[in-house]
Amino acid sequence: MLKLHNLAVARGGRRLIQGLSLHLAAGQAVILHGPNGSGKTSLLRTIAGLQLPAGGRIEMPEDSLVFSTHLDAIKAQLSVQENLAFWAAIYGQDTARIDLAMAAFNIENLADRAAATLSAGQKRRLGLARLILANRAIWILDEPTVSLDRASVALFDAALLAHLGGGGVAMIATHIDLVQQAKIIDLQDFTATEAGAQDLFLQGGRL
Amino acid sequence: MKALLLRDIQLAMRAGGGFGLALAFYLVLVVLVPFGLGSAPAQLASVAAGILWIGVLLACLLSLDRLFQLDFEDGALDHLALAPMPLAGVVLAKAAAHWVTTALPLIVVAPLLGALLNLPTGGYFWLVVSLAVGSPSLSIIGAFGAALCVGLKRGSLLLSLLVLPLYVPTLIFGMEVVRRGITGQETAAPLALLAAISLGCIAILPFAAAQALRANLR
Repeated sequence: MLKLHNLAVARGGRRLIQGLSLHLAAGQAVILHGPNGSGKTSLLRTIAGLQLPAGGRIEMPEDSLVFSTHLDAIKAQLSVQENLAFWAAIYGQDTARIDLAMAAFNIENLADRAAATLSAGQKRRLGLARLILANRAIWILDEPTVSLDRASVALFDAALLAHLGGGGVAMIATHIDLVQQAKIIDLQDFTATEAGAQDLFLQGGRL
Repeated sequence: MKALLLRDIQLAMRAGGGFGLALAFYLVLVVLVPFGLGSAPAQLASVAAGILWIGVLLACLLSLDRLFQLDFEDGALDHLALAPMPLAGVVLAKAAAHWVTTALPLIVVAPLLGALLNLPTGGYFWLVVSLAVGSPSLSIIGAFGAALCVGLKRGSLLLSLLVLPLYVPTLIFGMEVVRRGITGQETAAPLALLAAISLGCIAILPFAAAQALRANLR
């Protein structure tokens, strides 16, 4: 479902990763390991399409991907319910999906609370609920479990397993142990050797 | 797009959303004018339309830097860029929300403030018409400037410098409509040109702004 061909990733004109090839079939997950600055976030942003690859190709069906970063994209002035309703409308999902998403991350009891009053862990769960809302096959996750307690990590693990069981795929940058069957990739094996400086902006092309 | 438009309007109305900021600024600016220029009615009448139009330009600038910056900071812009709608549509929806929450209230109060500045009788109608026709271009040009500056530290100053010169054609033709209205001349030609500016901006700038946003997200 998600194929990377000889992918190279750069950040700020410096090549971080090269020669990464990968084929994720339905139901498979990959966990990325690597020290700070090894290019985990840049790789995920490249796959998501927010950044151009420095080389190689990415293949996936159109509009099949949902991305989660360390930012939760929550509006503090809106309630939990209103935040989710907005993203449901953006992803073209009906309201039944909102209940499903709230149930998956156990935030139903917070539905009417203003997002400004949520704790860091609750905000994270609200941010992750967007993954269920989007109803898309490819999850690209950057440190999804930050600020989650043990019980919430278990919720996330369950949601991830359900997603994989339903034929989805996931690519996760994390340093804790998630789903057992996930393949682990250490980015240090793909560290770029040639520091080819290049300007991705001038290179142009479509996102 | 509708969901985004409604959310942005809702956010602007809630506490801390900045709704009313532009309106209050406009009010204060116009009230200050007689103190600066003297309160002779004839003198005020001659500058009233100009002050009211320039006030709208400046008030529109106030909330522009928040247009994409807030969504950029909380990560929502990343997800909007990946959402199943064109990024130009995102720009258009946000510019429309800016127009509804910023420009529309200014158009409503402009005639009231016109009375304060002794705007000549023939000018009221044409002031409202010219603002209604011209102000969409202010929001969409502003959205383009905001897209260029998103992610920059202290970008709002740069934004003003970028955007104000681009407001000049709108100001020229908007003022021409009011001036001709006051003196009882034909207003169709400058009004048509003003409409052309607004429509042209709406047709082209969302795509340019979308490209600027993409470049800034990388």
